[in-house]
Amino acid sequence: MQKIGVFVCHCGTNIAATVDVQKVAQTLKNEPGVVFSTDYQYMCSESGQDIIKNAIAEYKLTGVVICSCSPRMHEATFRRAAEKAGLNPYMVEIANIREQCSWIHKEMQTATEKAVILGRAAIAKVHLNAPLTAGESPVTKRALVIGGGIAGIQTALDIADAGFNVDIVEKKPTIGGKMAQIDKTFPTLDCAACILTPKMVDCAQNDKINIYAYSEVEDISGFVGNFSVKIRKKARYVDETKCTGCGLCTEKCPQKNVPNEFNLGFDNRRAIYIPFAQAVPKKATIDPDYCTMLKTGKCGVCSKLCTAGAIDYKQKDQIIEEKYGAIIVATGFEPIKVDKYDEFAYSQSKDVVTSLELERLMNAAGPTKGTLLRPSDGTHPHTIVFVQCVGSRCEDEKGKPYCSKVCCMYTAKHAMLIREKYPDTEVYVFYIDVRTPGKNFDEFYRRAVEQYGVHYIKGMVGKVMPRADGKLEVRASDLLLGKQLHIDADMVVLAVAIEPDKTARPLATMLTASMDTNDFFTEAHPKLRPVESPTAGIFLSGMCQGPKDIPETVAQASAAAAKAIGLLCKDKLTCNPCVAHSDEMMCNGCSLCANVCPYGAITYVDKEFRMPNRTTAIRRVSSVNPAVCQGCGACTVACPSGAMDLSGFSNRQIMSEVDAICK
Amino acid sequence: MQEVMIKKAAELLENGTVNRVMGWKAGEFIYDVTPAVFETAEELKDFVYGDFCAPNLSKYMVAESKKDGKILVFLKPCDTYSFNELLCEHRINRDGVYVVGIPCDGKTDIEKIKALAGPGIIDIKREGDNLKVQTAYGSSELSRDDVKLDRCLVCKSHKHVAYDELIGEDGEIRESKRFDEVERLEHMTPEERFSFWRGELSKCIRCNACRNVCPACTCEKCVFDNPASGVENKAASTSFEENMFHIIRAFHVAGRCTDCGECSRVCPQHIPLHLLNRKFIKDINELYGEYQAGADPESRSPVVDFTKNDAEPGIIYERGGNE
Repeated sequence: MQKIGVFVCHCGTNIAATVDVQKVAQTLKNEPGVVFSTDYQYMCSESGQDIIKNAIAEYKLTGVVICSCSPRMHEATFRRAAEKAGLNPYMVEIANIREQCSWIHKEMQTATEKAVILGRAAIAKVHLNAPLTAGESPVTKRALVIGGGIAGIQTALDIADAGFNVDIVEKKPTIGGKMAQIDKTFPTLDCAACILTPKMVDCAQNDKINIYAYSEVEDISGFVGNFSVKIRKKARYVDETKCTGCGLCTEKCPQKNVPNEFNLGFDNRRAIYIPFAQAVPKKATIDPDYCTMLKTGKCGVCSKLCTAGAIDYKQKDQIIEEKYGAIIVATGFEPIKVDKYDEFAYSQSKDVVTSLELERLMNAAGPTKGTLLRPSDGTHPHTIVFVQCVGSRCEDEKGKPYCSKVCCMYTAKHAMLIREKYPDTEVYVFYIDVRTPGKNFDEFYRRAVEQYGVHYIKGMVGKVMPRADGKLEVRASDLLLGKQLHIDADMVVLAVAIEPDKTARPLATMLTASMDTNDFFTEAHPKLRPVESPTAGIFLSGMCQGPKDIPETVAQASAAAAKAIGLLCKDKLTCNPCVAHSDEMMCNGCSLCANVCPYGAITYVDKEFRMPNRTTAIRRVSSVNPAVCQGCGACTVACPSGAMDLSGFSNRQIMSEVDAICK
Repeated sequence: MQEVMIKKAAELLENGTVNRVMGWKAGEFIYDVTPAVFETAEELKDFVYGDFCAPNLSKYMVAESKKDGKILVFLKPCDTYSFNELLCEHRINRDGVYVVGIPCDGKTDIEKIKALAGPGIIDIKREGDNLKVQTAYGSSELSRDDVKLDRCLVCKSHKHVAYDELIGEDGEIRESKRFDEVERLEHMTPEERFSFWRGELSKCIRCNACRNVCPACTCEKCVFDNPASGVENKAASTSFEENMFHIIRAFHVAGRCTDCGECSRVCPQHIPLHLLNRKFIKDINELYGEYQAGADPESRSPVVDFTKNDAEPGIIYERGGNE
């Protein structure tokens, strides 16, 4: 018989306001095996923990039940306290009477009743608990950063700075990401390239950083400290070790009509290309969709021109396998497709552009060399209308429910820059709200309005109609004046919502990291663990976790790096002893457990067994690798005979909890 | 057909391909046919194949395939699905079995015949699509369609999905109305459905026939026989326990049940147990896309599989599990 102590936490008024904690403690005192029961204002505080430690010593407790917040919050805290008092930490059970009880009930009586029931379930479980000992696993001192935008770059630089090797995997031929396409940055208006490209060069020159550009993560297995990753290095058809980045091939390639994705299709590049002058690594890449040599076997101009002999039409995708201790996700974002917003005539007129396209049109390295010209006829626009919240804060299925956060500020930036450079241009901004929280942000916006005379109009644009004379007729409503507006614009700029990069969802599955309904990665705790994924060893950097601007992204990138460094510093990690194991005598060898195991922790062996009447038989039985098992319990549910069981969460323990609840 | 099969069995025994034959033999009455293993050509004189050879022989292969030598087994189309499913689960040693696929145009239900022809059945002869039934009190002629087993009335396939050799031509997968009855239950109110199942399941006498015959129930140790499982019981001790027995069993075979219908066929209390399993199959089809357990020995049931594209469980009801 266990000797169990019950500790009921008030959590200030979080629990005590809706649960009669004293009554819970008194009622649970009468449960079988309970020798001590008390309540306290903050169990997790030092004095609270002392109550637990003292009771363990005084009453020689063999099990502890703590009625408090979610085990996600303080299970580790209480286990440590028990361990210090000489009790096996896995003899501690938490009854969650906060998130699952006091926070969701209003009435004291029902909440108290439920708290007692949850406490009973935990007591019933502790009766069947057995001491567990955690093993140790080594840490591979190398980090992987997935995504080479500003978030990934910053994270990699910080990790490398701490002395650890770090690899960046970037799917594009160069690192730099979206920031490389941006012209100026708010609220300081410094040139994005001027602050980004030195960091890109730092990455290339840092001998701790290895860049796998034009590569994608193919498969991830393993667990915290011991991830094993397959990276597909796509064929560039150019030997990276030989290419000097001279760019001669990219000028002479006869295939001229390839839409240039870096300039968002405003101009063309060749079939062999370097995305932009400051690309890192500055190596040429052949686009297999357009290269005549690769498609028809006839051409070979680049190969003849290349003095370095770097062109290799026979190059194949390469699979690189590498081990990592930590993985940082920095997959970034994409603007949403605007084809669902036909009212803004994006597909009908070239002069309706997205904000990112406007960045290219205003960028000195862009298709117009920085002169703002109408894409349709190359003339100077005199009236420009900005439409805010295209797809952001959208209630219907077309858009996104969230605020994209950066649009208000970059639109103010665009408006200001246009008024500065072309004072003869009238700029209208249609907005729902202008959101400017952030250092110097509101001052920036007010400068646009007060100093630069940008017309901010509260209201939405209903329709944009391209006219035969090349003008865009903008129909909108001014909500403050309560009247309809007709503006003849030369250009319309749509501040489209941003969404996580499409590669994030399959990646999350490979990482077994959780995502929200919008495909943003979820953090382990929204306030207290904002850069960690709930999956151990996975960290989040930048837009993949939620909309944020460049300063925030950089801050989060460094935070993720700090967390990863904290992990890589350790020589050994404590394993989770709550892993599955199979009762070989009952195992059917049916493979259902292996089929459902997300971690590939289960293998099968043919083993000889003694059978009745002095016979033996060879049977196929399952075997769990405890280092790979994450204790998710999928196998125990799938196993028809109940041979598979999970330490710390055995079928019997769970059934006894259910029984205690249903009693 | 029976003669062709006996000839085939004798031939394979003779040339040493197999050392045992699994088929059916007649019992005391013409209709109580039981599965049997024959080891010599002489023993094959008791071999029968006819309208009452409903028992699915695939489950016997779990034990028989692991014995010395090779066993010949005659499988009807629906039996081959169970055979494949057992192969999937590594329960059968494929090298120990020689499968001969045999055609089937539905088996008959003796209870239906008794109800129509009366008691005292002495002889039943098949004449085309009719059965000539001789009883102690006279004779009558019945249409086979009126006395077929319920499961055969909604037969899902005439196609063999596993065999080494076929006797006769292979058939096709059929359009089956087998989910109509499930739909009827789905349209009931929860209260009506509860009372329907209480009415049916409370007839259960815990004879375990359904479990013992089920080709998906081949565990080394069944949870109902395992004192550590917490659900072990030899007899129902509370009025609700018989419900739980069948519900637990339905969950255990979910995704693996090929809908062979043996459970309902052998139930002495005539509980339509197959409806529980069929509901699972219908749900799987609707949520994850069409899936027939056993159709492909390499396939994995969507409910006992993990793929990287699996939808989060919480949203499967909203948009299906097909992504």
